[in-house]
Amino acid sequence: MKQDIHEYLADLEDIPGTRVFTAKRARQGYWLNQFAMSLMEPENRAAWKADERKYLDTWPMSDAQKEAILARDYNRCLDLGGNVYFLAKVFSTDGLSFAEAVSTMTDMTFPEYREMMLQGGRSPEGNRSIKANLAAKGAGNPQEGN
Amino acid sequence: MARITAGVASSHVPLLGVAVDQGKSDDDYFGPIFKGYEWTREWEKTEKPDVVILVYNDHASAFDMKIIPTFAIGCGERYKSADEGWGPRPVPDVEGHPDLAWHIAQSLILDEFDMTIINEMDVDHGLTVPMSMMFGQPEKWPVKVVPLAVNVVTYPVPSGNRCWALGEAIGRAVESFPEDLNVQIWGTGGMSHQLQGPRAGLLNREWDNRFLDMLESDTDEARYISHLEYLRETGSEGIEMVMWLIMRGALGKRVKSLHRHYHIPCSNTAIGHLVLEPERSEAKEGVAA
Repeated sequence: MKQDIHEYLADLEDIPGTRVFTAKRARQGYWLNQFAMSLMEPENRAAWKADERKYLDTWPMSDAQKEAILARDYNRCLDLGGNVYFLAKVFSTDGLSFAEAVSTMTDMTFPEYREMMLQGGRSPEGNRSIKANLAAKGAGNPQEGN
Repeated sequence: MARITAGVASSHVPLLGVAVDQGKSDDDYFGPIFKGYEWTREWEKTEKPDVVILVYNDHASAFDMKIIPTFAIGCGERYKSADEGWGPRPVPDVEGHPDLAWHIAQSLILDEFDMTIINEMDVDHGLTVPMSMMFGQPEKWPVKVVPLAVNVVTYPVPSGNRCWALGEAIGRAVESFPEDLNVQIWGTGGMSHQLQGPRAGLLNREWDNRFLDMLESDTDEARYISHLEYLRETGSEGIEMVMWLIMRGALGKRVKSLHRHYHIPCSNTAIGHLVLEPERSEAKEGVAA
């Protein structure tokens, strides 16, 4: 059952609209996620709410990570190594439900997203593989994989 | 001798905990979900297990990015409900079973599963939501719990095959514990769901039901489902289903399915629930003799 690690990791990047939390992302997002984790403590939540920028500046995060958090751009946070279970500390501090926060990462409004879930959720059809989607399109536009 | 008498699988969506804690479990949204657990609640009252080995994952509550154990077993006396950012769930403390837990830990390590041993931790919705689904809102939980936390967040997570084999080893460990204990093993998490990115909201009723079929049958083919297949077919968080394989592996080849429930949606997630009973080959031989 041993797998080739390079093939394994390459495959993880073939899921449309998904950032699998690989070691590479875990390293890149270490402080971003640890910052988010710190919001579990009431005194840290208070400091964060009092002045978000000032609180962020106490963490060794990149400027891009700080901007993404301030903008609540969760897709950007994922790109920069954030993990949703850690980012959940930020959106629960904002008073957002999991479903509402998750909907902001899609191209839908929250009511539209909620309705999609009630209707059975997003279909896996056409959402399984970036490469397969490209092949289906005739591979005309290799940059349009995502 | 201690024995594993049943396996239970259940999703552990945090919103279910909110529904229980706020008394919403029979409204239009949650009613159909909780109805599928009524059978199990009655069954648990007659089964009266002494201990539950509860396989779950921590969601950035007890473990942050500092330490990421692949398989961790709780050997402590008791565990408190974690504050996940909106205060701890108002549920009783979870009482451990350190004697059995340490016995399992030692047996697993001798069986070449190098477990991380946890003596103190808080437990989050991954563990407390299944407790609420199966036991409701008692003042004290009616069972002791051996928590078994699995990393299903940072890749690579353990393979399905390794999880199944760990379950088999847990079965052997329990059977070698001298005290007469009625032990259940629960696998939690799943089913299909994706909580991140533009593809969020993915659900796969057909795949989930095939997975349930596999766990109810004699086959062990579910152990060979690749990470890639979980990701493609069940969303980025569907990988939690490898934890169900630990439960299934512990039950042996043949099982009898006592109860099955499936519902879409709960928040972002497909709810799945199974109750399985091992069919021991010794029992069969006994009948034949």
